Amino acid sequence: MHIPDNFLSTPVWASLDAVSIPAVALLARRAGRELDDTRIPLLGVMGAFVFAAQMINFPVGIGTSGHLVGGALLACMLGPAPAALVMTAIIAIQAFVFQDGGVLALGANVFNMAIAGVLAGYLPIHFWGRTKRRKQAIFAGAFLSVMASASLALGELLISGIAMPRPVILLSLALFAMSALIEGAITIAVVEAIEKLNPGLVQKTQPSSGRAIVALSVAAVLLGGVGFLMASSAPDGIQQIGVQLGLAAKTGFHAPLADYAVGYFESSWLRRASAGLAGLLLIYGVCLGAGRWIGRQRSA
Amino acid sequence: MHHVHLDNWSRGASPLHARDPRAKILALLVFLIVLATTPSNAALTLGIDATLLIAGILIAGLPLGNLLLRAMVVLPFSLTFGVISWLAGDRLRALALVEKSYLSAAAVLLIVGTTSLPALLSGLERMGAPRVLVLVAQFIYRYLFVISEQAQHMRLAAASRQGDPRFHRKGRFRAAAGALAVLFARSYYRADGIHRAMLARAFTGRFQLLNSLRFRFSDGVFLLAAAAFLILVRVQ
Amino acid sequence: MTPLIEVRGLHFQYEDGTKALDGVDFTLDPGETVALFGANGSGKTTFVLHLNGILRGQGDITVCGMPLGKETLPAVRSKIGMVFQDSDEQLFMPTVLDDVAFGPLNLGSTPHQAIHLAEAALDQVGMQHASGKAPYHLSAGEKKRVALAGVLAMNPEILVLDEPNTFLDPPGQSNLVHLLKSLPQAKLIITHDTHFAAALATRAVFFEKGKLVAEGPVDEIVQRFNWRYSALPADLRYSAQRRF
Repeated sequence: MHIPDNFLSTPVWASLDAVSIPAVALLARRAGRELDDTRIPLLGVMGAFVFAAQMINFPVGIGTSGHLVGGALLACMLGPAPAALVMTAIIAIQAFVFQDGGVLALGANVFNMAIAGVLAGYLPIHFWGRTKRRKQAIFAGAFLSVMASASLALGELLISGIAMPRPVILLSLALFAMSALIEGAITIAVVEAIEKLNPGLVQKTQPSSGRAIVALSVAAVLLGGVGFLMASSAPDGIQQIGVQLGLAAKTGFHAPLADYAVGYFESSWLRRASAGLAGLLLIYGVCLGAGRWIGRQRSA
Repeated sequence: MHHVHLDNWSRGASPLHARDPRAKILALLVFLIVLATTPSNAALTLGIDATLLIAGILIAGLPLGNLLLRAMVVLPFSLTFGVISWLAGDRLRALALVEKSYLSAAAVLLIVGTTSLPALLSGLERMGAPRVLVLVAQFIYRYLFVISEQAQHMRLAAASRQGDPRFHRKGRFRAAAGALAVLFARSYYRADGIHRAMLARAFTGRFQLLNSLRFRFSDGVFLLAAAAFLILVRVQ
Repeated sequence: MTPLIEVRGLHFQYEDGTKALDGVDFTLDPGETVALFGANGSGKTTFVLHLNGILRGQGDITVCGMPLGKETLPAVRSKIGMVFQDSDEQLFMPTVLDDVAFGPLNLGSTPHQAIHLAEAALDQVGMQHASGKAPYHLSAGEKKRVALAGVLAMNPEILVLDEPNTFLDPPGQSNLVHLLKSLPQAKLIITHDTHFAAALATRAVFFEKGKLVAEGPVDEIVQRFNWRYSALPADLRYSAQRRF
């Protein structure tokens, strides 16, 4: 689910970078305001735990084993914003140190897994985490977090123009659903084991969250759901959209992008690059503004 | 383990090791962006980029074969999509996909192999990455080795108690969950211990970092030269 | 001679109600090295964690003439240098130099001054060559020395060491003894190792169920409580013919 570099087309990875940067900055500012640096070692150690946990095999069937991704578990134990921050750090380390996921694609991977994935995983827990249906809520959260991040990744790849025949897409979605179920099973098993080991641990680490986070979580689930539906129903349709919007990269940079060209430069690449840059700055500005607006609403 | 090797590599002493992390990160970004925007039929550009990369690896004194081998970690993913693209008729794209993703991975390895992670994180922080994020990443990296070793020990312990796999799957699942729970609890208490150690040394509530990075003239030269060369080759 | 540490009537209870400390009185004078003996769970670590305010119980604690309270915490923490049992919890910064400089930076040094103090402290413990290393690469003995440097950099008057011998091999232990002997600070050492204690301590105290029940020379305390690892009986020693 970590997308490497050179899979996404430039407009796609660049806009996701432009979206993720202010989002992460907002998360970090929020974390920095609520808790002084005192909680940082805990977040770091929990991140290291998730890394290590991803190595443990969970036997699930004929010779196969599943592994924990950890977004929902972190959301359950730390709360959604710190969990998203920790996942972001994990994804960054995975990209740089382990080449698991690209550097330019960091924005996409962070968006899919650390933001949408964590928020989608948090949503059921927020509503039913303290009721009798707690176990189901945690299972659902883990399931949604994997489905959301995987569907978004698939959608992004398709929009970028990666050729994928329909059977492959359906197979991928089926595999995602299986991973999501496994994540649910592992997450709930681990949470129950922790509670049995030390009941105090789970109570201590669960804070409550504001309305903006809930709203964003709903958005994340919808986005993931939309991505899923789009991918499964009309894969060719997505690719069409991709080409029409000029998002898809075909062999040799294609005409659609020239529509956005700025006329100052000789070289067409520089021309497109500056057009892209202008577009990026615009998206970045919008996201930054939206982020600040949300921040002001929350502190009001 | 992979990160241990990278850590060792980053302690070398070459002109590349000595460069300010910010210069290296920016050069990497230029390389990656140039690569990403190179059209699939520009074989010459790709070839020149590859040559530059190999030159960089040799100058840095890193083991060439070993590094190129490690860069292959990206191949399963790209070969899969490459094959799919090839079969869907987009052959040039398929080839370019595999070549470019491999070169990207190698480039990242070169930079991370010549820059210790704490230095890399310092560089990112000075370039505007959120302080809290950098600190969390720093702690993750510090305890990555320790906690993964603990996880390894648990795996070995569990493996040495293995019965017939067919009959104990549910038990093994539960055992793995239990192992994670123990790892979680130990990690949580470890964080407690760290907190006490911080308090004992008069922690004020805010980390003060030493961060002694200095961007020198040579770093500027390196960055400009690399960027100019890459862009010229691309725009060619 | 004003005592460096004075504790009167210290009581402490855990959240679940178990009494961890039940009225402890204690004094540490300048130049002393005191060994803290006692069974696991008898309150030794809990006790020392009160001295620099990490835990807060009922009773009076005075450190270097300052009564322990919220305002005096930073000053007290600069006077007491605590070396914990788990070096991995103590060395939490990415490099050795970063870690040893942590204390001075908290006390208000500029980065430049902090580096200077850190290098001097590393020199004092013989680890100056390791300043750029990550803690992961160090042996247990080296980590212990770096941890010590981390507290020495803050120029403390008292050193508290919690079972410093843990994980050290014999050469590591004797290095530690020599190093500690060379340091002028008064010391409080929690240990089970009576030889280690005998080499360093001027006096010993014995903890039992949260109370300080005895005090005296090391040999006397060891004798009185039979506080030594017993020699294995002859028939338990390994024999090639032995079957389990």
